[in-house]
Amino acid sequence: MALLHLHDVSKAFGGLKAVSDLSFTVDEGAIVAMIGPNGAGKSTVFNVITGIYTPSRGSVEFDGRRIDGLKTHQITSCGIARTFQNIRLFAFMSAIDNVMTGEHCRMHAKIWDSLLHTPGQHKEEAQVRERARQLLDFVGLRDEQENYARNLPYGSQRKLEIARALASEPKLLLLDEPAAGMNPREKEELIDLIRRTRDRGVTIFLIEHDMGLVMNISERITVLDHGEKISEGTPAQVRADERVIEAYLGKPA
Amino acid sequence: MRKLAALPKSVQIGIWLIVAGLLVILPVLDHNGSHFNLLADAGVYVLLALGLNIVVGFAGLLDLGYAAFFAIGSYTYAMLASPQFNLHIPFWPMLFIASGVAATAGLLLGAPTLRLRGDYLAIVTLGFGEIVPQTFLNLNKYTGGPNGISSLDTPSFFGHSFGFSAIPYYYVILALIGVGLWLAYNLKDSRLGRAWMAIREDELAAKHMGINATTTKLAAFAFGASYSGMAGCVFASKLNLVSPDSFQFSVSVLVLAMLVLGGMGNIPGVIVGSLVLYTVNFIFLPQANNIAASVNLHVDFTNYRFFIYGIILVSIMLFKPEGLIPSRQRRAELRAGHGDPALAAQEQAQFTKVGAG
Repeated sequence: MALLHLHDVSKAFGGLKAVSDLSFTVDEGAIVAMIGPNGAGKSTVFNVITGIYTPSRGSVEFDGRRIDGLKTHQITSCGIARTFQNIRLFAFMSAIDNVMTGEHCRMHAKIWDSLLHTPGQHKEEAQVRERARQLLDFVGLRDEQENYARNLPYGSQRKLEIARALASEPKLLLLDEPAAGMNPREKEELIDLIRRTRDRGVTIFLIEHDMGLVMNISERITVLDHGEKISEGTPAQVRADERVIEAYLGKPA
Repeated sequence: MRKLAALPKSVQIGIWLIVAGLLVILPVLDHNGSHFNLLADAGVYVLLALGLNIVVGFAGLLDLGYAAFFAIGSYTYAMLASPQFNLHIPFWPMLFIASGVAATAGLLLGAPTLRLRGDYLAIVTLGFGEIVPQTFLNLNKYTGGPNGISSLDTPSFFGHSFGFSAIPYYYVILALIGVGLWLAYNLKDSRLGRAWMAIREDELAAKHMGINATTTKLAAFAFGASYSGMAGCVFASKLNLVSPDSFQFSVSVLVLAMLVLGGMGNIPGVIVGSLVLYTVNFIFLPQANNIAASVNLHVDFTNYRFFIYGIILVSIMLFKPEGLIPSRQRRAELRAGHGDPALAAQEQAQFTKVGAG
């Protein structure tokens, strides 16, 4: 069943068409990837999905509901979480506070609960803290709880971003170049983490340049070039597609 | 003092209670009324600083027009509890009314500035801080213009008028600071407080956490303003008169300087900062005049007020940019770039770049 469905989405910045007439679906429970050369419009697609940009044309449907035009925080509440290409953690908040912030949209505390620390607030804070601990445990950062996000090693920051994203209990997790800058061992851990995340019932949609990783874990791949979809299919199909090879390596002379 | 935050919560609460207990019995030990006059005035500034700390320290919204809310709180009391309109609402409900009116003004200022950040926000709030006293100055018919409003009602407590003694005001402001502290600590450690911090750190990422930046920022403006509304109410009733010159830009700067000096975002730091600057401004400088006069040197040191702030602020920025008693966060932030400059620049770029590509 399709969880995410883009219908003919276009996004133009002035004269520049970053994405044109893009349609594709992400099935529930899948791990899918989007690849393409630099500047192909991949991050723009993510930004359209998460409501940073509204599409110039077309629509985005998530879980049976149109989400284009909603605000970013509303889309998060609908069940889409993401990580960023350039890590955007709350640098000077502890790891656990980062994850607890991720739970914001699932919390019920009203302003007066925050203000007066009502019994309900105490209970919820304790639950949220406990869940954040479990998530840190899940990504392998159990011992880093009280450290500032900024002071964590690079690979751990990526993991913390995933934990923070999972804290909002997403149905769909968007990972923007999760393996960028990772060494082979960290990549292996990441692959394992992505699989375990999917096994929790979270659909994974990632942008990645590391072909080894993409081919290894994705069930379906969409290829973008100059904002257009040029290929789509299983890793084997995409690998064999001449248009993909052309986009990456250029036309044979 | 630096280790205060590292102490267990029960010990911290114990320290607060001991300090509060001492302050409560102080009038029994000290019979000099003028001391309490000064302490009550200092308390007004502590309350202002606590409120501004919510806006600037917690949520990271630089507000240079904070005195406007102080003015609004004061004038609210002056208009509703004086012969001006022959309205005489008692002091106690007025505390809540003044803070509610100021909070509403906070929302009104907040709404148009939501998209602004940093310098731009600072400029708009600066403008607001100028507009409000100007408005009170020019609405002669309602506000008494440059003369302001005088002979405000003196508060009373179960039929006992506060009279001319400063001690009742001292207790009122002490109680308000107590409640203000409790609420500020609660806010800091809550869903809303985390949302403020997240917005301060990275607004875009915060939105992706499902944080509604609009309401979260408005809440910061409203809470911050409500503190100064109460402060204004006490200030006006104690002084027995309001006039537009009490709320000039220098007041906004003074309160902000208190935060910077003490350690923005850290509540004990904010209190120490406000007491230190209050002492310099209202006790030390006038005192210096008297001393100078006694040796036949006629200098008005209060004219050098800004010069002295300048020296204090520049020294703080040079030697202890995080303030006297900083929060853990702020110290880390301001000490972050002191390592390898290339690395720091790279890190800086990493955290400021927008997630596009």
